[in-house]
Amino acid sequence: MSNPENVKNPPLLRVDDIVLSFGGIHAIKGVSFDIIKGEIRAVIGPNGAGKTAMLNVINGFYKPDSGSITFKGTTYSSVKPHTAASEGIARTFQNVALFHGMSTLDNIMTGRTLKMKTSLFWHLFHWGPAENEELANRAVVEEIIDFLEIQHIRHTPVGKLPFGLQKRVELGRALAAEPLMLLLDEPMSGMNVEEKEDMSRFILNANEQLGTTIVLIEHDMGVVMDLSDRIVVMDRGLKIADGIPEKIKTNKAVIDAYLGTTHQEHASA
Amino acid sequence: MFYNEVGQFKTSYRADQALFPIRQDLIALGVFLIFLYAVVPFTFNNFWLNTVVIPTLIFGVATIGLNILTGYAGQLSFGTGAFMGVGAYTAFKLTTYFPEINIVILILTSGVTSAAIGLFFGIPSLRIKGLYLAVATLAAQFFLEWVFIQMHWLNNYSESGAIVAPTRTLFGVAITGPSATASARYLVVLSIVVLLTWIAANLVRGRFGRSWRAVRDMDIAAELIGISLFGAKLRAFAVSSFYCGVSGAMLVFFLYGAAEPNVFDINRSFSILFMVIIGGLGSIYGSFLGAAFIWNLPIIIRLIPLALGLRVEPVYTEFLTSMIEGALIISVLIVEPRGFARLWQIAREKLRLWPFPY
Repeated sequence: MSNPENVKNPPLLRVDDIVLSFGGIHAIKGVSFDIIKGEIRAVIGPNGAGKTAMLNVINGFYKPDSGSITFKGTTYSSVKPHTAASEGIARTFQNVALFHGMSTLDNIMTGRTLKMKTSLFWHLFHWGPAENEELANRAVVEEIIDFLEIQHIRHTPVGKLPFGLQKRVELGRALAAEPLMLLLDEPMSGMNVEEKEDMSRFILNANEQLGTTIVLIEHDMGVVMDLSDRIVVMDRGLKIADGIPEKIKTNKAVIDAYLGTTHQEHASA
Repeated sequence: MFYNEVGQFKTSYRADQALFPIRQDLIALGVFLIFLYAVVPFTFNNFWLNTVVIPTLIFGVATIGLNILTGYAGQLSFGTGAFMGVGAYTAFKLTTYFPEINIVILILTSGVTSAAIGLFFGIPSLRIKGLYLAVATLAAQFFLEWVFIQMHWLNNYSESGAIVAPTRTLFGVAITGPSATASARYLVVLSIVVLLTWIAANLVRGRFGRSWRAVRDMDIAAELIGISLFGAKLRAFAVSSFYCGVSGAMLVFFLYGAAEPNVFDINRSFSILFMVIIGGLGSIYGSFLGAAFIWNLPIIIRLIPLALGLRVEPVYTEFLTSMIEGALIISVLIVEPRGFARLWQIAREKLRLWPFPY
């Protein structure tokens, strides 16, 4: 892990004053923060705080009403999902969004979509460039399968897998794109302690070995405090705290938000 | 025991990704192809070739086409019959203008026209899906059928409104028209079908097939991964319509010899859809199983009373056939909702472990 205190790199991504509403419901009310290359950045907050909505804005699934997103030095008012993917942002979903009818291998291979370019012509015969490309990408995918220790379920349709393994396959599919930045939406929900430990190990390895910048939404505070370099805390669409885990732990506003004692004060703050 | 892959080690990804990774499958396929090429044309009589074998193969191609669109890419279509018609009429017009070009090439070319028309009618799929898309493709069905009836240029202003396949040859042997023998037509159809099936199997296992299945299973995730939904869907429509078009052209040139627009009506679309569902969504070989079942069922039902020496009044035959056919389709779907392909898959898994239960 990089030392959080002396982060001098320019931010990989910055969101400025993002506002997002659905009809009369204001999901995000002007949130700004930055994500530095190579860090693990956690976004936490009570349910309905706007965490997932924020990820959806970052990878282009939602278009914000106002505000801007700066990624790799370029400022956008909104991104298209395809652009976000090709610029190197991958993600996993709160409710696993795998392709249930396909095998683990095919799911992770699908993650390589943007790396594959051969034309339809060669694929008609599965020959020449098409076959070489399939094999080269298969080799990369097999490395990810090894990395995530899911060799035994390589050919199993993911619909048949238990939830914990599905989450792992989904992480594999996101990693297959070799993303600069990986958005993980509650990668450990519904897992037991052992599975959480495995998943934490994979996240740390991805961060350290592959250098992937990670944005993590998670409710398990133990995991969040241990894994992340810096934490953004959101509540009711607002950012209420931002900093290193040690500071967040003792932040009065954060404790209040989680215990729900003095909501009125902070909503107006 | 005989279907046991113990000892067949895969030492490369190439071997693991082969179409038939298990050696016994490859041998079985080889034997089956030899049977189809060397035995069938010389032992089956004209009745069997014309009523069972050739139509099963031809409808199998249309079923693969619709299966690519519906089973693999998840886009429901009721326009199959019309796309088959586009292929048939295009092949007919092409051979009228270019009689010197080989008919097999023209039939494959006519699939391209069908693909272009399918592409056009696939555009709504970007905005709508499921039953709503099916209704949009229904518009294609009715519109194209109307064109086949109203545009007399398409049938060369024939008085009957039908298109008639002229005599065309391959290597000096007549393969279309009244003078072509059933065996000659069969061999040409078989070769086209084998080629197209192989291509379909290649397509669905590569990156295009994966993008179709991804769109089918979870379109939002597919888009966020970088798959262009529009591209994947349109590609599925084009490839699917190509297969339907070639199938329609083969139907007229190698089976019926002549056809009126009603050959390509909505009932055709539905029967191909039944073939896809009974055969198994998302399965290439299932397409042939489905086509064989749906096409041959009424023939077998009609033959049973004859074989048993029972006399059934012709008035009742039609009703009985429909009723028994419907009942059988429903029972197959109750036994295995995912069709014959799934049944075959279960049988294979059991066979791999035989004689042990698990």
